Amino acid sequence: MRIAWRALLRNKLRAFLTMLGIIIGVGAVIAMVAIGEGSKKSIRDQLSGMGSNMITIRPSSNVTVGGGARLGSSGLQTLKVEDVDAIAKQAQYITAISPAVSANGQVINGSQNWPTSMQGVSPDYLSIRDWKLKDGTPFTQADVNSAAKVCLIGQTIVENIFSNGEDPIGKIIRFNKIPIKVIGVLEEKGENTFGQDQDDIILAPYTTVQKRILAINYVQTIYASAIDEQSSTVATNELSGILRKQHKLKNTDDDDFTVRTQAELISTISSTSQLLTVLLAAIAGISLVVGGIGIMNIMYVSVTERTKEIGLRMSIGARGVDILLQFLIEAILISITGGLIGVALGITASKLVNLFLSWPTYITESSIVLSFLVCAITGVFFGYYPAQKASRLDPIEALRYE
Amino acid sequence: MGSEIVKALKSVSFSVEEGEFVTIMGSSGSGKTTLLNILGCLDKPTIGDYILDGVNIKKLSRNELARLRNEKIGFVFQAYNLLARTSARENVELPLLYNSSVSTKERHERSLKALESVKLENRLDHLPNQLSGGQQQRVAIARALVNEPVMILADEATGNLDSRTSYEIMALMQELNQKQGKTIVFVTHEPDIAAFSSRTITLKDGKVIKDTKNENVKSAKEVLMSLPNNDDY
Repeated sequence: MRIAWRALLRNKLRAFLTMLGIIIGVGAVIAMVAIGEGSKKSIRDQLSGMGSNMITIRPSSNVTVGGGARLGSSGLQTLKVEDVDAIAKQAQYITAISPAVSANGQVINGSQNWPTSMQGVSPDYLSIRDWKLKDGTPFTQADVNSAAKVCLIGQTIVENIFSNGEDPIGKIIRFNKIPIKVIGVLEEKGENTFGQDQDDIILAPYTTVQKRILAINYVQTIYASAIDEQSSTVATNELSGILRKQHKLKNTDDDDFTVRTQAELISTISSTSQLLTVLLAAIAGISLVVGGIGIMNIMYVSVTERTKEIGLRMSIGARGVDILLQFLIEAILISITGGLIGVALGITASKLVNLFLSWPTYITESSIVLSFLVCAITGVFFGYYPAQKASRLDPIEALRYE
Repeated sequence: MGSEIVKALKSVSFSVEEGEFVTIMGSSGSGKTTLLNILGCLDKPTIGDYILDGVNIKKLSRNELARLRNEKIGFVFQAYNLLARTSARENVELPLLYNSSVSTKERHERSLKALESVKLENRLDHLPNQLSGGQQQRVAIARALVNEPVMILADEATGNLDSRTSYEIMALMQELNQKQGKTIVFVTHEPDIAAFSSRTITLKDGKVIKDTKNENVKSAKEVLMSLPNNDDY
């Protein structure tokens, strides 16, 4: 051990150059995985921002209505408010539930107007989506029961019809000519992952939208919240059971609705960025192997160059195994020292990327442990062969080698 | 015990007693090197026996030979063979690193002692390239001494040195032989170097052609004194 360390110190530059391959390899693996994981995590965070436990139920067109033509989901009227009540009463894995109906239209405040859509929901909707109010108060169940003409508006609406900076709270605006009172302003959320403006929205009690704007009695979508992300599958099954019973479907019938969880969406998108991570890691892994070959190369040169030294060591009593260990330990020391520097470099690089390119990076312990292990194994693997060659030298010939 | 019997090289047989200073002479191709390799346990005789300090090396494995070299033989080479970029002391300590029974403290003490006996105790931390040829060879001798071997094997140890420095080395060898009773086997082809030893074995074509006791051993120290003083020394 000591012998090997001294031998390395005697040749600092060469040792460092050999390490360089490993340093870059390990550093690249860590930085690449950090970038990949970072983008995965940021996508996940954004999706979670849409309400991570959210479950969406929409009607689906399993039934053919008249003439065999299948209808799009917006035309289906199978989901009722009664379904929502039944779920709220029976489901155990659901913490919040809200029916939703949506109407497109023009919103007007005095001389300013803006095309937007109005969502009719229940008070639970805010907690399902994890949305918060910036100003004002949310509407209540009482507002729902009385189909009160109150609404909450998003930031984009505020900017477009209250452009002169007046306080929207308490103002009466008109949506498709129906006067409605603004009682709250939603916090700004920006665009979602798909580039949709999440602030271009008006929220009102669903009864108000059903009765006063659309004049319908069915529900277009049901939003619900599972207890947590893990139980969303159980919650999905529970919801399906309740709805099938509610819709009096026979065992042989298909569902006349679809249940989607946010978790599914997250896993779909995560798998895409997972691919990216694997790809980046593979490229970096290749450079690690190249680094290993570099070690082997240098160790070979070193064995040849130091043949005389090996001969001397043997003549003064070094056994074959002593020589083997010396060269093996040299190789391992190079790769481990290189690995440690590489870890430091990788962490620094991913921090710098985060700082200067503001790409999200996320350093995982597993990538550090893995790349470090790989480089230690590389050291042993690529160091063994030259070391073995050194240990098998004949001392007489080695001593005479020039 | 303490006697070494060699029976090798076309039925060659001789023994070296403890405390002897033997030179082996011969022109190239005479079998000197083969003999030296066998004496140094680097090689095994194909026929015959070599008994070193009571051990017949014929039955030993590679590793056992290495151990024997480590404990019983001190090598001094023509080209010094010191490790570059390694201090004199570390070079001297090298054989002890391969002997696990020697502690770090003992290693330091013994390397110091060995360097003292070659009068280089004030050059402990010098690197080989900071030492003269004679000094480097003295470091090599210290390295050969440090494991307290039963025999010091010198292979043309003065071959790379000028005559004055050669005499210095020989004076040192004589001192080690006479004062510390070290057994020395010295391979050379220079007759005037052989004159400093107590016995000369001459080889030719793999046979011992002459094995003479040297009745009047020259003192290398006296020869050294008789040389004109060199200012640049």
